[in-house]
Amino acid sequence: MNKRIPEAFGNGKAFIPFITCGDPDLETTELLVYEMEKAGADIIELGIPFSDPTAEGPVIQEANIRALSNGITTDDILAMVSRIRQKAQVPLVFMTYANVVYSYGIQRFMKRAAEVGMDGLILPDVPFEEKKEFQVAADAEGLAFISLIAPTSHDRIRRIAKEADGFVYCVSSLGVTGTRSEITTDIQSMVRLVKEEQDIPCAVGFGISTPQQAKQMANQSDGAIVGSAIVKICAQYGRECVPYVSEYVKNMKEAVRA
Amino acid sequence: MSKGRFGQHGGQYIPETLMNAVIELEEAYNKYKDDPSFNQELQELLNEYAGRPSRLYYAKHMTEDLGGAKVYLKREDLNHTGAHKINNVIGQCLLAKKMGKTRVIAETGAGQHGVATATVAALMGMECEIFMGAVDCERQALNVYRMRLLGAKVHPVTSGTATLKDAVSETMREWTKRIDDTHYVLGSVMGPHPFPTIVRDFQAVISKEIKEQMLYKEGRLPDAVLACVGGGSNAIGAFYHFINDEGVRLIGCEAAGRGIDTKETAATLNTGKLGIFHGMKSYFCQDEYGQIAPVYSISAGLDYPGIGPEHAMLYDEGRAEYVAVTDDEAVDAFEYLSKTEGIIPAIESAHAVAHAMKIVPTMSKDQIVVINISGRGDKDVAAIARYRGEDIHE
Repeated sequence: MNKRIPEAFGNGKAFIPFITCGDPDLETTELLVYEMEKAGADIIELGIPFSDPTAEGPVIQEANIRALSNGITTDDILAMVSRIRQKAQVPLVFMTYANVVYSYGIQRFMKRAAEVGMDGLILPDVPFEEKKEFQVAADAEGLAFISLIAPTSHDRIRRIAKEADGFVYCVSSLGVTGTRSEITTDIQSMVRLVKEEQDIPCAVGFGISTPQQAKQMANQSDGAIVGSAIVKICAQYGRECVPYVSEYVKNMKEAVRA
Repeated sequence: MSKGRFGQHGGQYIPETLMNAVIELEEAYNKYKDDPSFNQELQELLNEYAGRPSRLYYAKHMTEDLGGAKVYLKREDLNHTGAHKINNVIGQCLLAKKMGKTRVIAETGAGQHGVATATVAALMGMECEIFMGAVDCERQALNVYRMRLLGAKVHPVTSGTATLKDAVSETMREWTKRIDDTHYVLGSVMGPHPFPTIVRDFQAVISKEIKEQMLYKEGRLPDAVLACVGGGSNAIGAFYHFINDEGVRLIGCEAAGRGIDTKETAATLNTGKLGIFHGMKSYFCQDEYGQIAPVYSISAGLDYPGIGPEHAMLYDEGRAEYVAVTDDEAVDAFEYLSKTEGIIPAIESAHAVAHAMKIVPTMSKDQIVVINISGRGDKDVAAIARYRGEDIHE
């Protein structure tokens, strides 16, 4: 059972930014982690790029391609995290795809991730039915294997919540990652079902970009996750993106806490 | 172990958003697969609309020319829409209708599966959207127009390598956006459970017919069955009813592209390793960090970096053999079958013909091989002409 992640939800509503490692380069990724921590990020999601990210919309797909065309590998990213851990305390979770972990060797991956100081991981293409071979290895290394629930999960929510670790990632709407003008899902009911099974934090992601949306989602849960809106800033400013991302995170954090 | 396993392969590696959709599909399939009225309706469509059973043709000239085993061709190219794809599409669209779905979406590589889906959607009055790699849209421009003519909306996919794998990814993304009224008509024996099983069952009619036809014509089973393999739907269809007949060699012919020692290949079992992608555990062409390889073949229908989980199991067990056939060999076979038998095969199917041309002369005259001609080659004529240096455009 990972403790650092639930603790990150201990100071009020959490803000969880996502960035793709190596977009535009690993030096910038490292700086982004330091600055986002300072700006108030409670947990940071680090995307390990994958060639075919089937749960991502165009913005994060393109970030994956940029990172991979820079030749970024899983080993480069693990080495970067090990450097980051000398300076930053913020809980870090990987977000990547099953094949990235599987091809590295599930146990080898979890062991290395724990060694360099990761706290958990999210694999959007590993649902409840397939999680065992990943979760057992993650548990053994003290990494939280984070479960997702979606607006279509219905009767599955209780089962997923019962075995969830770290926090529950509530997918806000149908479709892939990317900003949306409106989120209409009944988040509150999803969160209530989770909490009836286990007292575990719930954070909402997919589609959130504005402070108003973040506030609205955090009001119904324990925090908000934002990916595409930040990756867009990285795409726009490249290596100069750090102050812009930092400013954005600061505003979003203020919104979720308000 | 999770559901839908073929040995260690298969499973359901998909986003949570889609899980209830595949569970609903599995329940519906289990309900209808043994339902007499569903099967009667399916059989009627296969016979009256698709033109089944397809012929098992004795290729006399090819047999004489190669001087070895007797060669039979299973003529899936004679089906309505010109390929085996229609067998699966009729089954899935009928199932989708029973489930109350009004819209179907599908990926396509060469365009055969997209055309079949657009065709059956037109027949059944369903809305249809097809996702096709932008590179393939160019390679198979005529099929794009054909799908539009049939009333489908065609979306060129520009992400990744803009070929079949990206079309599959994009169709999966589309499905997560709109599930309630939409069925994803997956075109091959791949993806998450229950697709590999459903597609195999609907394609198994090929081997069921081969068996009956062969027993009628020759009074015995063939010595070998050959089929091309991308995702593997025509091959599993041609193999399925022979899996327990150990005397029948099952040979899958993968697309080697420019050669399995080059990067420009799509021969998954000859060059790939175990992985998890597109909803399944199976073999995939990938690099040491699990990044899916940008595969290549002259054939848009075989240009896929993975293979269905049941093939992966047959490979592990040694029950089926999987060989690699290059572009050059496939083009030679394309021309050979056209000239010797007056049958222009799809460039995909020509991969199986090419391997038959290698093994048939080494076999004895009392042996029999069956080649599954999974599709017709009209769609490929312009591309092959260009391959041979002629400036022909459709």
